[in-house]
Amino acid sequence: MYQYDAYDKTLVNQRARQYRDQAQRRVEGDLTEDEFRPLRLMNGLYQELHSYMMRINIPYGTLSSAQLRKLAHVARTYDRGYGHFTTRQNIQFNWVSLEQSPDILAELATVEMHAIQSSGNCIRNVTADAFAGAAADEVEDSRIWAEIIRQWSTLHPEFAFLPRKFKIAATGSANDRAAIRVHDIGVALYRNAEGETGFQVVVGGGQGRTPMIAKTIREFLPTRHLLSYLEAILRVYNQFGRRDNKYKARIKILVHEIGAQPFAEAVEQEWEQIKDSALLLPRNEETRIKSFFAPPQFENLSPEVPAFDAKRSTDAAFAAWARVNVVAHKAAGYCIVIISLKAPERAPGDATDTQMDAIADLADHFSLGEIRVTQEQNLVLPHVKLAHLYGLWQALAHHELATANAGMATDFVSCPGLDFCTLASARSIPVAQRIGRQLDNIQRLHEIGELRIKISGCVNACGHHHVGHIGILGVEKQGEEFYQITLGGDPGTEAAIGKIIGPAFAGDKVAGAVENLIETYLAQRANGERLIDTYRRIGTQPFKENLYATA
Amino acid sequence: MPLLRNGHIALDQWVAVGDDEALPEDAPIIVSLARWQTERGKLVDEYRQIGIRLKGGDQASDIANDLPYFDLIAIEFASVADGRGYSTARLLRGRHDFTGELRAVGHIIRDVFPFLHRCGFDAVETRNERDAKAWRESVGAIKITYQPATDKRLPTTVLRHLSNAVAAE
Amino acid sequence: MGTAKQPKRADGVQALTANRLNDGLVVFFTKGGHWSRRINDAALLAVEASQAVLDSAGEYAVSTNHVVAPYLIDVETGGGDINPTRFRERIRAFGPTVNTVPAPRA
Repeated sequence: MYQYDAYDKTLVNQRARQYRDQAQRRVEGDLTEDEFRPLRLMNGLYQELHSYMMRINIPYGTLSSAQLRKLAHVARTYDRGYGHFTTRQNIQFNWVSLEQSPDILAELATVEMHAIQSSGNCIRNVTADAFAGAAADEVEDSRIWAEIIRQWSTLHPEFAFLPRKFKIAATGSANDRAAIRVHDIGVALYRNAEGETGFQVVVGGGQGRTPMIAKTIREFLPTRHLLSYLEAILRVYNQFGRRDNKYKARIKILVHEIGAQPFAEAVEQEWEQIKDSALLLPRNEETRIKSFFAPPQFENLSPEVPAFDAKRSTDAAFAAWARVNVVAHKAAGYCIVIISLKAPERAPGDATDTQMDAIADLADHFSLGEIRVTQEQNLVLPHVKLAHLYGLWQALAHHELATANAGMATDFVSCPGLDFCTLASARSIPVAQRIGRQLDNIQRLHEIGELRIKISGCVNACGHHHVGHIGILGVEKQGEEFYQITLGGDPGTEAAIGKIIGPAFAGDKVAGAVENLIETYLAQRANGERLIDTYRRIGTQPFKENLYATA
Repeated sequence: MPLLRNGHIALDQWVAVGDDEALPEDAPIIVSLARWQTERGKLVDEYRQIGIRLKGGDQASDIANDLPYFDLIAIEFASVADGRGYSTARLLRGRHDFTGELRAVGHIIRDVFPFLHRCGFDAVETRNERDAKAWRESVGAIKITYQPATDKRLPTTVLRHLSNAVAAE
Repeated sequence: MGTAKQPKRADGVQALTANRLNDGLVVFFTKGGHWSRRINDAALLAVEASQAVLDSAGEYAVSTNHVVAPYLIDVETGGGDINPTRFRERIRAFGPTVNTVPAPRA
């Protein structure tokens, strides 16, 4: 993974000092709250319902064991012993103080971490495929380009005060695990017919109040032009994005209002002026960054691992876990392990300091010291030998980290909701817990198969409910919590926005409603298809009829 | 509201003239884009030094052909959150090669000094003396620049490899 | 939020609340003119008088960098306790309804 040199270290240290000075000036009254707000947001500090929350960047979801240990330390020392992994591969601490926030940033800087631009109307954390560098289906490691974009966007002086937040995602595989089509900009790396590597560039995707799938504005962009092209897009957005209405200020609205084609032309026009400028990435810098993402020295292993097969046939619990939490790796004899942070009764995506420390140790022992964060709020050990899986699984189980539900119905994506968030209309975590109780049988979960349920506590859709196979949106009606259910969303290559199925449900009826949808699916399922496939085949009607049938 | 020019507090000889105000005689004046567009001929004839004040939504392209007439361009930041002026400045300074004074006015706090500086502004109307005195400290707070901008600082993409190049000799 | 006029119930009482600047924690304005972490310490404000308290005490606490974003909430009393009437405000006053992992350390 990327290692900081003196330049990177100087930047995070100076930034931490700059923030300390700004926080001090706020406390002394030299800055009003209105003036301080954009500054603290650009260092990740939010005022939430109960306290300050700090969002720390985890660039493209990659962590070293040392970094994860530091996050455990932050949880323990400055917070209440846990952290929350987010849908943008970041981590949030819910109970920090303004007073100590400069100390947190100073500590993070010692392990090459920061909270720069994790919030605010600027370019946020660049996310990528959590399986990058390990997945069998990859063209190139998308994190190379995510790192290049990260540096270009960090403290970019022209784009510090955009109309609204800006999110970029990169994928290096045709199977898009980075959800690029619901990002402001998505870049998909591929090899064209001539064998050149370049990007398909999509713009204007997003969720929130007006969910939209991104439009392709450039079919093929040679990699060396990436930064100039991004700069052109950002410049057009910075100048022409709406600033009159916070809810119409994202780039998706601009693309929608002027049209994808005119937007693409405006970008091309600007790009013509800058494509051969200093933004052309020098070859030696490209090589330098690529060197950090060179594949590790995998051992020459046989793809056949009899010990693994034997354990699977003798230990049913292990077999169940291996069936869904273990993913194919490009190197023979290795695999990718998904550590589920969705244990029953737990808040989806949360991990305690003890769990983080344990995972850091396991990463050192089993995964070349590396951990990933997924956009589904789970963690990943990317390079595990199949031969080590049983021992790893036992260790994970000891720490409540071996729930065999990756991609299953209880692998919820959920925002923190009204329990924590000032923007929320309703709670989300209890909904996940209730559904989880209904579906607390692993065999049944596996029988149901892949089912991505995503829960948002308000229309801002931080739980990504629009792209859930089943989406759940919390709303407030006359002081009570109600939940709208959507069907048919998908975040990946076949990106789609879910459709509302009918009238909303009271909080205590949601689990039953989800159960009902699953029943319809199981009754109609053909050829072992997933719920989302059944939905695509038979449409909303059968689900709706069964769901709203009066007894 | 102390004026900073190239990082130092300076006397401001310019006179900002509102759209409905009478034009003063023989003074370096700053007028709005709207006034420039309606009274262009008269202004060019009667004033040796003309400055123009752009709002956030005004485009560099609106005045690109007229740049030779201006000794000063002031770009207004209606709020700290309105970042359009940074793009306008970069286009005027960088693309259209404007060599006169490029001044940031409006709601400016010292924390945006580094962004103003890197986008080509050489003058800033600060809100108080304390902010003005903090220019050097603010602009120098973070010395590393990852990306090219309109200032002279080398981006790290180039800087990192310079020492290698030297050592290789 | 801030100090804009708040919609009021004609017959209720209100409390003044804010978040402390230095640690972001929820506080309530008390009869003694302090800010307490406990809602039961909150001064009960008649609706006719509450806006003035927000504008004076609330603004004062903001200008002295003690709190941010003060605002008024509707409350009801019963059994010696003060409870916000609105669900969101109850969560804000009493904490998350879910115990995420370990019991929160105070």
